[in-house]
Amino acid sequence: MVTILYFARLKEALGTAREELALPQGVANLGGLRASLASRGDAWTRELAQSKSIKAAVNQEMAGPDTPLKDGDEVAFFPPVTGG
Amino acid sequence: MAVRIQTEDFDLGAETAAMRRGNPAIGAIASFVGVVRDVNEGDAVSEMTLEHYPGMTEKSIEDIIEQARGRWKVLDALVIHRIGILKPTDQIVLVIVASAHRGDAFAACEFIMDYLKTRAPFWKKEKTAEGARWVDARVTDDAAAERWKSNAGNS
Repeated sequence: MVTILYFARLKEALGTAREELALPQGVANLGGLRASLASRGDAWTRELAQSKSIKAAVNQEMAGPDTPLKDGDEVAFFPPVTGG
Repeated sequence: MAVRIQTEDFDLGAETAAMRRGNPAIGAIASFVGVVRDVNEGDAVSEMTLEHYPGMTEKSIEDIIEQARGRWKVLDALVIHRIGILKPTDQIVLVIVASAHRGDAFAACEFIMDYLKTRAPFWKKEKTAEGARWVDARVTDDAAAERWKSNAGNS
């Protein structure tokens, strides 16, 4: 199982802030997980499409699509940051 | 070195005094205060809400301070970032850097702020007459952070 967190615009559009998910068959990295989530349809497909500028973190470190995933990881998807 | 994420306001004078008294080697203190503006993208803003990623936000700012310490001679640094609901004229963010000399303090303070803008997980949602909207990231903020990559610093 991995924990997936969603923030800001993404959290509102998807209607969820957090979920626990067993890594789907064949999903070994962050890019694979994003593609799998994007295949859920509706807002998931729209918001997580490759064309969307979405950032991600694994275990609270910024991470790219090739970052490997394992059981127990905390994954987060969010829009580009706008603090300060 | 300290990072605080809080809903409460902060006091630049009190924080600077505390830092100064904590270390007699300090010869220069540079600070930056970010403030909520009443206009963004041409629309009047009456209020904004700051969201963050508890845990990662603190870690990412601590990492930015560590990077600054690797480039300049930093004796102490403090970052306070507010979250929750803020209104125009409210303070949002405070960066204070103390060094022996001003060059290090100025540069490290600006570096920390530029990196925070593009790397620390915060998101602003602002309220305008047309309703609430999430603020889009700015290309100019990316450019401000990028320029430090080709700049070896002054040390």
